[in-house]
Amino acid sequence: MKTMLQLSLKRSFKQLLIYKSAFAGLIIILVLAGISIYTVITIPYEEAIKLWRAGEQHWLDNPRNAFPSWINLFLSKKMPETIALSTKKAQPGVSKAIIPVDGKFSTIRIYFSFNYEYDDFPSEVNLFFEANFTTSAPKLTIYWIKPNGEEITLKSFLISKDDRYYISGDDKLALTLRDSISKKLNKTFGYEAMVQLLLFAQEDESILNPNTAKVMKGKYTLSIDGIAFETGINLDAKLVVYGKVYGWAGTDHLRRDLGIALLWGTPIALSFGVTASVTITLIQIFIGAISAWFGGKTDTLLQRITEIFMILPFLPTLIMISTFYKFNIFVLLLVVIALTIFGGGVKNYRAMFLQIKEFPYVEAARTYGASNLRVVMLYLIPKILPTIIPSMVLSVADFVFLEAALAILGLGDPLAPTWGKIINDAYDRGALYKGLYYWVLEPSIMLAATSLSFAMLGFALDKIFNPKLKEM
Amino acid sequence: MRYLVKRAIILFITVITAVYVTILIANMGGYVDEIVKSEIYLSVSQSVRQNPAYRALNETQIMRLIDEIYNLEIKKIGFDKPFIYRSFIYLKDAISLNLGRALFLASDSGSRSVRIIILERLPNTVLLFTTTQLILFFAGLFFGLFLSRRYGSFLDKMSVLLAPLSSLPGWFYGIFLILVFASLFRLWFGAGLPYGGMVDPTTSPADKLAYALDVLKHMILPVASWLLAYSFINIYVRRTFFLMFSSEDYVELAKAKGLPESIIQRRYILRPTLPPIITDFSLTLIGSWMGAIVTERVFGWPGIGSLFYAASMIFDTPVLVGLVVIYAYLLAATVFMLEIVYAILDPRIKVGGR
Repeated sequence: MKTMLQLSLKRSFKQLLIYKSAFAGLIIILVLAGISIYTVITIPYEEAIKLWRAGEQHWLDNPRNAFPSWINLFLSKKMPETIALSTKKAQPGVSKAIIPVDGKFSTIRIYFSFNYEYDDFPSEVNLFFEANFTTSAPKLTIYWIKPNGEEITLKSFLISKDDRYYISGDDKLALTLRDSISKKLNKTFGYEAMVQLLLFAQEDESILNPNTAKVMKGKYTLSIDGIAFETGINLDAKLVVYGKVYGWAGTDHLRRDLGIALLWGTPIALSFGVTASVTITLIQIFIGAISAWFGGKTDTLLQRITEIFMILPFLPTLIMISTFYKFNIFVLLLVVIALTIFGGGVKNYRAMFLQIKEFPYVEAARTYGASNLRVVMLYLIPKILPTIIPSMVLSVADFVFLEAALAILGLGDPLAPTWGKIINDAYDRGALYKGLYYWVLEPSIMLAATSLSFAMLGFALDKIFNPKLKEM
Repeated sequence: MRYLVKRAIILFITVITAVYVTILIANMGGYVDEIVKSEIYLSVSQSVRQNPAYRALNETQIMRLIDEIYNLEIKKIGFDKPFIYRSFIYLKDAISLNLGRALFLASDSGSRSVRIIILERLPNTVLLFTTTQLILFFAGLFFGLFLSRRYGSFLDKMSVLLAPLSSLPGWFYGIFLILVFASLFRLWFGAGLPYGGMVDPTTSPADKLAYALDVLKHMILPVASWLLAYSFINIYVRRTFFLMFSSEDYVELAKAKGLPESIIQRRYILRPTLPPIITDFSLTLIGSWMGAIVTERVFGWPGIGSLFYAASMIFDTPVLVGLVVIYAYLLAATVFMLEIVYAILDPRIKVGGR
């Protein structure tokens, strides 16, 4: 019996490869499985959750809502990458000198220079400090030197031990810069130019319109001059010129790398979809078989239960349960299974079993005294299993999307990074209004690829296992 | 007749059980209890404060009085009784469509009655998804028949090839349609279809024609997203179904007799296949009213799906239970109607001893 089944499975597999769509589907599934394995090995689940939930602190060096880097391949204008320079690392263009003078005070001098060769302005410019002093806080003056040699004083202030200066958020600076440029050009600004534009733009007529403003390319320098009235102090600084592209996946509104959620979404979606569809189908078949085989009161009872579950609206009930009890993804899976095992499928399988029940070989089994369980497990269920496989594969797609749908309603696992979660975030932040299409498209493409691959495979399997369809 | 009555009774018991399960689920968090308690407290305190007889009392005395009456009331409705006992009271209320008052949500007209809130939203959902399902239904019938006659043609092969596209749900296509027709169109042409909603807030309901047109405009994308998602599979399934029936012996016989194609289609293929198709259609239709929560959320459509979503977000249990009750009734009524329709459409089924 077993060898027969194996043989027929082997034949079916060969047939499967004849269908191009099934082949494509299989390849995609294999790729997705590969991604899953890679992800689970390289980024452990706990770490992924930690990274995803860390908040902005962890991602301070990432730009906000940045497009994926490869977008530069398709654009005539080159979008800026993030430039991060720190005195803690030995990087070209960074120099730091703290010199004690007379044993009474120290002078501080830090330079950051970098080449800016992009066609668009940075999204933000921030400066972070870590100072180490006992009594007197160092006084710093920060200068900005443009490629044409022009020097701008940004700010002069006493710093605290853990300080930061959001240069691009300095409205006062923006006002001063706009005033001085207006005076130089003898024309007024038609819009509220941001600091990052004013610092990086060519100061001619073009700057007066946000659409024509051009980047002045070349070597920029930010210098920090300071004085502290004690010796033995230390100061570290980090300059971050935030770009507009990041990584292979871009970032979201919390500067998080979308890549993590895209990667981790794969094993979650696959395991959720496959587990749900396989478990549910098998249990439904089992219930259908029991119902058909025993008949009588058992049948009536099981059919009534099924009808009750069919009247209960599935998605609303699921939503209700998951709002009242915030579940993690695995409990959610169990709830989904519990709600669907008495689904409409039971009715179909029961109808199939009612026919099979009358087959001579079942009758033979009964005469030689096979137990009820034996008949159900070895004679009834294996008979229809092959015809069920296609719909099992097809329903994987449904469950993958179910998880996404719940996430879009804000009801998924509160911790796990999933594709639906990204779409939900993007939707909440109006990604479609703001033109941040990558944010919606990336998880969508993953979702579509997953469910299409299972669907293509399922349709082909359907033709192989249900030969009546094959002729059509 | 006896058969129908029996079916009706069974269906009613099913509905009752389903609603009871819902109440149990909603109660596990203790929310329904809280609703009732807060409702009683509200009415007690209102009646005490408005009673001129108590006007002379100061605030602490009034509070004590309210507490006293409140505790009495709680006892009166049996809140000192165990939950099992009380759950049947909720069940009775729900089944008799005595849906109570919403905790937080209110209808547009300002009413707190759950029934009014639901009845206000229901037509919006019915409008959108009945339109969609009707188009899907007739497109499925028409193209299904058409393709089953042209079996093996290019179009037929296309329908087979495109069927897997329906593994993506309607709301998913909705996101793409919004991206292209609302967002990108505004970028390219300066004007696009609405992002969502049912009418522009600026359109006045007084001007009936303009209002209807505006609603139609807002319906384009949601309807299109469902058509895109479900018409391929729909046509594919119908086509396969008709194909199976066209190879039946009696159809072959009719062909051999030389009957015209249109009669064969109408009388020999469509008629016997109609009952399952209609069952499928009506169940899908009812299901779509409740199952389109995500679509309504994506398009911001103010139907019962959005209502359910909003209610579940703020734990407005009376609204949730009310929606499930109404849905269960609708579904049961549909199933019952189908039994009758079956008898009319399919002469092979004789209902009872008629």
